[in-house]
Formats: sequence, structure tokens, C-alpha cells
Amino acid sequence: MTVSPMLLVVSIAVLAVGTFAFRFAGPALRSRITFPPQVTKLLETASVVLLAALVVTSGLMEDGVLAGVARPTGVLVGGLLAWYKAPFAVAVVGAAGTAAVLRLFGLP
Amino acid sequence: MRGVWRTLDRRLLTDVALVCVAVGLIGLSYGATAVAAGFPLWLPVVLGALVLAAGSEFLFVGIIGAGGSPVAALLAGLLVNARHIPYGLSVPDVLGRGWRRVLGVHLMNDETVVMAIAQEEQERKWAAYWGCGLGILVIWPLSAAAGGLIGSVVPNTDALGLDAMFPAVLLALILPALRDRTTLSSAVVGALLALAATPFLPPGLPVLVALAGVLLSVPAARGAGAA
Repeated sequence: MTVSPMLLVVSIAVLAVGTFAFRFAGPALRSRITFPPQVTKLLETASVVLLAALVVTSGLMEDGVLAGVARPTGVLVGGLLAWYKAPFAVAVVGAAGTAAVLRLFGLP
Repeated sequence: MRGVWRTLDRRLLTDVALVCVAVGLIGLSYGATAVAAGFPLWLPVVLGALVLAAGSEFLFVGIIGAGGSPVAALLAGLLVNARHIPYGLSVPDVLGRGWRRVLGVHLMNDETVVMAIAQEEQERKWAAYWGCGLGILVIWPLSAAAGGLIGSVVPNTDALGLDAMFPAVLLALILPALRDRTTLSSAVVGALLALAATPFLPPGLPVLVALAGVLLSVPAARGAGAA
């Protein structure tokens, strides 16, 4: 990672201030704006899409190439556990455990 | 004030505790991942306390950690947090007055809004929102610090499978939303676009390219609005 600390601190500050402004906008403007439900739905979808992309890129890729077998398999196991309504902790530990065991057997 | 805290009965307290445990687990993974990606220990903790919105912090840390620019990370984080505008419209009466309002506004997130909306009476809405919000405000940075410490003490976190934990946490968090077919198709298309773009674009941008997948949801959202 070769990001300048200054740029990092400024980015954190802008994200924090911007997020506070978003939170504050609703109660401050309540009587003056109406927020169409379609826009709310699209914002929710956009969040899910961004996070899904992060799941796939951080789960499958490492430095622009495929990340081996253990990590994607672990993520898949965790996802299946969550899909079949296993408790959150079980799904998450299942993912890490799967990857750890596969690596124990020498898989990348 | 005392009356309101007394409304935090056993059932509500259990709900708040369960949310805090889950948030703590997510925070451990978030802190460990951030440190493993090369960030200093303070970063996930300070980011956690100041932004207090997990999704945007994952994107921020994930994008910069993968070598992306802080500007891309900032844009993704702000976009994800724009959903707090409609949140604020749905819980205006629990935020408090005066100086407390500043803190009340900061505590607004997925969990506190859901907890507040789920309550019937105004007093319980208040108690659920503040109980859950203050719990998260303490647990989130603390667990991020604990995760970061684990990440910096354990020499090889990959051997513990911690690198698989982070995407799995994200996946478990978005799964309920993915049961909606339109959202699912948007997410799948977006994720495939991001994967396809990874070899060609600078780090960090592929995640933003995924946003093209949202276009698939536009007709459905229009339909929902018309109905």
C-alpha cells in the first residue's frame, strides 16, 4: 500500500462528514422533501451491488489474479451456511475454518 | 429519561445484545482484514468510530487495500451511505433534541433504524434506537481494535482462514437482500462485470464498474413506484 497518509486522513474526514450530512438531511429536510420509494429502492440495490462486487473481487482475486482454492471455497461454504439460515457466527467461522483446513492440506 | 431507559425491558435488551454480538464479530473480521491489508491499527478504529457505517468502511478498506485510490474508495463509501437520507425520514422522532441530536443522528444505521421501526410505542422506539445505537458505537470500534491486534500479532492470518472470513461476512450480510430476484440479478451482473474488469482496470475501479448492474433494477423500481 503506497497511499500518502495525508490523502488517507482527508478521505476519512470527507467520508465521515459526508455520511453525517446524509444522516442529518432526512430529519432536517423532512417537511420539505419527499423521497420517492423508487429512489430508496435503487439506493439499496446500489449498496448491495457494490458489496457483492467486493465479495467476489476480495473472495476470488489477489493482486489482479485468481486467489487459489482455499479462500473461494471457504467463502462458498460460508455463503451456503448463511443461505440455509445457519447463525451468522457459524457461517463466518465455517468460512474461515474451511479455508484454514484446506491450507493445512497444502492447497493454495 | 429514566422512564425511557426502564422501557429497555428484557426482550429489547436481548435483541440489542444479539445485534452487538453480531456487530462485534463483523468488527473483528474488519479490523483483522484492514491490518492484514497494510493499514495501521488506528485506521479501522478511527474510521469505525467516525463513520459508523460498516458497508462503507468495508468498501473503503477493501478498495484501498487492493491498491485502489482513496478517491474511488471515498466515492464508493459515500454512495453506499446515501441510503441514510431515506433512513432519516423514517425515524425523525427518536433522534433527540439539542446536543443529543448530534449524537442521535450519528447513531443512525441499518440496525438502529430496523430496531426502532419494529417497535410500536414511541417510548420503545426511543429505547431501542438509543440502546442499540450506543451499544454499536462502543462495540464497533472496540472489536475493530481487537481484530486489528489479532491481525498484527498472528504472523500468518491466512493459515487461520481470516482472508476467507471477510468476504463471507459481507456475503452473509447481503444475502437477505439477494433473496429478491431483481436485486440478485443486478448483483450477479455487477459482480461479473467487476471480475471481468479486474485484469484491465486499476485496482479499486472494478467495484465501481459493478454499479452498471443497478441499471437492471431501474425498470422494476419504476414498476414498484407506479403500483
